Amino acid sequence: MPIAAKTASSSRRAQGGSGRPTRPVYRLEIGLNADSLDPAGLEARGNLAEAGLEGIRDVRVLRTFFLRGRLSPADVERAAQEVLADPVQETYAVRQDLDLPEGPGGPMRMITVLRKPGVTNAEAESAKIALTGIGLDVRDVQSARTYLVWTKASEKQVLRAARRALGNDVIEDVIAGRVRTFVFPKPSKRRVKRNTVAIRKMEGKALVTLSFDMGLSLTKLEMETIRDEFQNIGREPTDVELETLAQTWSEHCKHKTLAGAVDMKDERGERSFANLLKETVFHATTVLDKSWCWSVFEDNAGVIDFDGEDGVCMKVETHNHPSAIEPYGGAGTGIGGVIRDILGTGKGARPVANTDVFCFGEPDMPMEDVPKGSMHPRRVLKGVVAGVRDYGNRMGIPTVNGAIVFDPRYVGNPVVYAGCAGLIPRKYVAKRARPGDLCVAFGGKTGRDGIHGATFSSVELHSESETVSSGAVQIGDPITEKKVLDILIQARDKGLFTAVTDCGAGGFSSAVGEMGEKVGANVDMAGAPLKYEGLDVFEIWISEAQERMVAAIPPKKWPTFKALCDAEDVEAFVLGEFTGDKRLVVRHGKTVVCDMDMAFLHDGLPHIVREATFQTGGDKEPSWKPKKRYDRDLLGLLGMPQIGSKEWVIRQYDHEVQAGAVVRPLGGPNNGPADAAVIAPKLGSDRGIVLSNGINPAYGDIDPYAMAMAVVDEAIRNAVAVGADPSRIAILDNFTWGNCNRPSTLGSIVRACEGCRDAALLFGTPFISGKDSLNNEFRTGDGELISVPPTLLISAIGVIPNVRKTCTSDLKTPGNPIYVVGLTHDELGGSHWYRMKGRVGRNAPQVPTSAPAVMKAVSKAVRSGQVRAAHDPSEGGIAVAAAEMAFASDHGLHLDLRRAKGTTKDNKRLLFSESTTRFLLEVDKAKAKAFEAALKKAGVPFGKAGRVTPEPELRIVGHDPAGGRAAHEVVRLSTDKLRQAWRAALHLGEES
Amino acid sequence: MAASTKKKKTAKRRATKRAAKPKRAAKRGSKAIRILVVRAPGTNCDQETGYAFEREGATIKHVHINALLDNPKELTRAHGLVIPGGFSYGDDLGAGTVLGTAMRTKLLDPIRSMVDRGGIALGICNGFQVLVKTGLLPGHTDDGSKEGLLPGFSESTELQRSVALTSNLQNRYEDRWITLEAVTDNCVFFRRGDVIYCPVAHAEGRLVCSDATLARMAAADQIALRYLAPDRSRPVPFPHNPNGSTDDIAGITDPTGRILGLMPHPERNQFAWQDPRFHRRTAPRKPDGLKPFINAMKHLKSTFS
Repeated sequence: MPIAAKTASSSRRAQGGSGRPTRPVYRLEIGLNADSLDPAGLEARGNLAEAGLEGIRDVRVLRTFFLRGRLSPADVERAAQEVLADPVQETYAVRQDLDLPEGPGGPMRMITVLRKPGVTNAEAESAKIALTGIGLDVRDVQSARTYLVWTKASEKQVLRAARRALGNDVIEDVIAGRVRTFVFPKPSKRRVKRNTVAIRKMEGKALVTLSFDMGLSLTKLEMETIRDEFQNIGREPTDVELETLAQTWSEHCKHKTLAGAVDMKDERGERSFANLLKETVFHATTVLDKSWCWSVFEDNAGVIDFDGEDGVCMKVETHNHPSAIEPYGGAGTGIGGVIRDILGTGKGARPVANTDVFCFGEPDMPMEDVPKGSMHPRRVLKGVVAGVRDYGNRMGIPTVNGAIVFDPRYVGNPVVYAGCAGLIPRKYVAKRARPGDLCVAFGGKTGRDGIHGATFSSVELHSESETVSSGAVQIGDPITEKKVLDILIQARDKGLFTAVTDCGAGGFSSAVGEMGEKVGANVDMAGAPLKYEGLDVFEIWISEAQERMVAAIPPKKWPTFKALCDAEDVEAFVLGEFTGDKRLVVRHGKTVVCDMDMAFLHDGLPHIVREATFQTGGDKEPSWKPKKRYDRDLLGLLGMPQIGSKEWVIRQYDHEVQAGAVVRPLGGPNNGPADAAVIAPKLGSDRGIVLSNGINPAYGDIDPYAMAMAVVDEAIRNAVAVGADPSRIAILDNFTWGNCNRPSTLGSIVRACEGCRDAALLFGTPFISGKDSLNNEFRTGDGELISVPPTLLISAIGVIPNVRKTCTSDLKTPGNPIYVVGLTHDELGGSHWYRMKGRVGRNAPQVPTSAPAVMKAVSKAVRSGQVRAAHDPSEGGIAVAAAEMAFASDHGLHLDLRRAKGTTKDNKRLLFSESTTRFLLEVDKAKAKAFEAALKKAGVPFGKAGRVTPEPELRIVGHDPAGGRAAHEVVRLSTDKLRQAWRAALHLGEES
Repeated sequence: MAASTKKKKTAKRRATKRAAKPKRAAKRGSKAIRILVVRAPGTNCDQETGYAFEREGATIKHVHINALLDNPKELTRAHGLVIPGGFSYGDDLGAGTVLGTAMRTKLLDPIRSMVDRGGIALGICNGFQVLVKTGLLPGHTDDGSKEGLLPGFSESTELQRSVALTSNLQNRYEDRWITLEAVTDNCVFFRRGDVIYCPVAHAEGRLVCSDATLARMAAADQIALRYLAPDRSRPVPFPHNPNGSTDDIAGITDPTGRILGLMPHPERNQFAWQDPRFHRRTAPRKPDGLKPFINAMKHLKSTFS
């Protein structure tokens, strides 16, 4: 007999002890029939075993709901039968004590995992909607997962493993046994009061202490500037004013370091920047002055021309620190945030593609080497991937391009880049809130989410929690954001907005402050829809609750907008209005809690000059004797996690939704890696977008300037390989660095900025948007400070007129010739081959001045149909690129390295050097002559270096190490063997 | 099916010249075929699914579920109902539960009478999960296979929920291209022997039902689509059967053959360049995924014009 007990006996416990009568809380447990397969149980079993729990015989998962409201036991039965339990394969019970379900028998432990108060729980929200829908009067719902674990291990052992494998203390309580009773937290009363902070008489140290105590993260100079301002005004600031200034002046919002003044000194000499970004990255865009760039560096995202009618916009964000604490929620809200950036571009853009690039610690790091206070990289990876998956897939946005970098220095501080591209009609690119417009918030409700990392209450949910605790880490709710997207596009097309923006960091304070910068705003927090009662005014004002947008709406259009929102169950309310007096006024009813000059808020930030220095890194170039064969080296490279297959990750993302996928992350009959993604974002049109990226922190360890040049080259090269036109590519920068208060770290980022500028100018490729995340460091329990390597991500977005004229990387037809285009040099510095051997080297790849000509010629050859397969040799050099092209297909490849052009005759360098601006191309035999002629005419170096073979085998020959002229075989491996090595690299789960 | 009839049908199909561009056909004299595409919070394949019908000449109306629940009469004027893919209401209670519950409560009768008139209902991916939660699929009405199961439907209808679409065997979301074979003679969307290459993208697509239900569906020719292995072997191994579905089932119909639910996404192979074989030049000229839309429209045109 399975868990079929249906006798309903509710748990009736009085709540809160306040004396007033409260309704009972019912506990409803639902489980699969004993004879049904339980995949979630199997997965939990695997994760528990990975966390070190031994001797597990079986694991089953129960879903538990706690219901409170005007409910009879019969109502709860109905809830189970009609909504919550599946009649085909589940049974349920509404009672205190439950007979143990049949299983393999033997001793059993029970673990319950439930969300802490105030943490978003979409399952509980959905249950409330559905139960209300069938006419039940449900007031409160909470849900939990209960794991039944059959094992001889002690409760303590099971709990320890469960804390690692089944829940996260930051957002969840993991407890042994069953939650017998449940207390819905009682809301506290809202405190409406104007609180002033006496700072006018404060001096240096006291100001710093105040900043620290209030969690403002403002420096002494900044605090002094604020004090002086209020001395001039002649009153003390309120707490809300200080919080608002802190949010607006934060590194996150103002980019004080990179947009600040820097004095730089290195072997190239001394130079000064008044505004580092403006004089490097942005400078290149200004010089290039492309007419197809519609909006650069001013809005949420840069916008370029798509087809004259529509533009395409793109933004890439980081969400590193939240992902370190809670990978699932951190990554999910990261992608949710960047999607809102796109929604809030102009008067609203429609997202068409997501990208994600991650940097983690080594996946095979021994558990004992993981520093205290951080999670194992595999757990971070799994959580991050699940977070991106659940948010992106639910939003209906295809995740089409990405990369994963592994380095031990990311262990405590993983890097999560989330990107989003969208389409926006040209007429909606400009926005401006006008005096008299209503300031309207819509989307999710406001809670205590993310209020400057406020600490969680550690009160367990099942005990007597009196208040709802705050949440430094947030769990996203993608369906609310999808509803926002649906409403936003309709409202935009009806012309209901004059402006719209997202609520990101700083919440309402930044959104209203930004939109009202030029006009002023007067807003009232009293009517804001809240997730739970008890929030202070400043908490509502700066809460970073997800899925919210702010719009400027003319008063006569408000009823239409409100009706639209009501029809689709989206919260919308009037916060206040845009005024015209250029002041920011925040009220709660009649109590004014903030009244500041917009000019001071936005331009009052004091400027300082920072010192920067730099010294080239890396180590001596090793001098190894040439080897006869490199088969094992190639297999070793393919088995490196960074190079190996990411299929386990890729398959969890929907890359087909919206029906626009043309070139996917995996391609060919055997799923080889693609260079870039191609999508056709407008139904019925063949016009397309190419998305690619370049990232390689290993070069940054030697010279961030060379890294910046190389990764811009890589991003463009990847896009060109699938058929992008280099004259219509725009790029985005994302800097993730350590603490830039250290002159050497700041100097390293200055070099990267200079590299970005020079690369953009060289290729004629403008930057359209960017972002930086500094202070990516982690202090271990032993006090050791680990700074992430200089991590520059370049994302490229190109527009192509016809997606049919694109190309994939798998080999197509035996007999076709193979060409190596570009030059190969002695550039193993920072290469994967050196890394495999534990070295860094010094010769980081440089970008040749001929690079733009190469890109142009290859792009033409691809678009003209001469090229049947193209791949860029990057990680692992020509050898890895050739292997990937071969094993993605059913064919083989014969390559003669002696035909590759360049300055080296050393086989290992020809095989593994990561020189930039190179391509491996399969050319249509019938078009080979035309191809060669075109490249010659363009002055592009190339060598006809082999052919596609029918035998599924990779054979590479090179120079005779003894100095003879005959060909010398350096690699000969079956494509099966190569594919196996590549697929086994990450081994996160079974793959096909 | 006999080879000769198949040939005849193919020839006939060729003879019917289709409009290449959407919307044009709808205006050409004959009565418009009206298809409702339902959107709930979290639905995300509505545009491309509507487009696939539109290009075959249908007049599409996108309708929010709240509007349809408020005005079920909308269905009396429609010839077809489409529930597209996505994550309706987030799917946090199990895929399709919330939307399925809402539809079961208020829309069952109008949908069934639309189908009784010769209309069609199509649920793709999440839409399939929703149709199963409503009981419209497999659409069995007595309680022959009910033993040991919970009742689980309101009193207003006698439709049982006897099939579940549940977690993939690998317990995670999976996006990949698979091959389908139509194995029914009783379905207006497919012809027996049709082979369709298109993607699956879901976490809960494993069909589970009792042996009795399976036998009953087989007897009534309701098993419409099975996953197909390259060597045609059965049972179909992973990843060709991408979720471990019972009997390799990818899609089923109701007893009339006019309500179809399927996990794979044919609307994601409606342009030639969507097919991964496009760059190898081995993709068919007419994309595989258009078949169910062409066939359904042909049925609706012959029934209603």
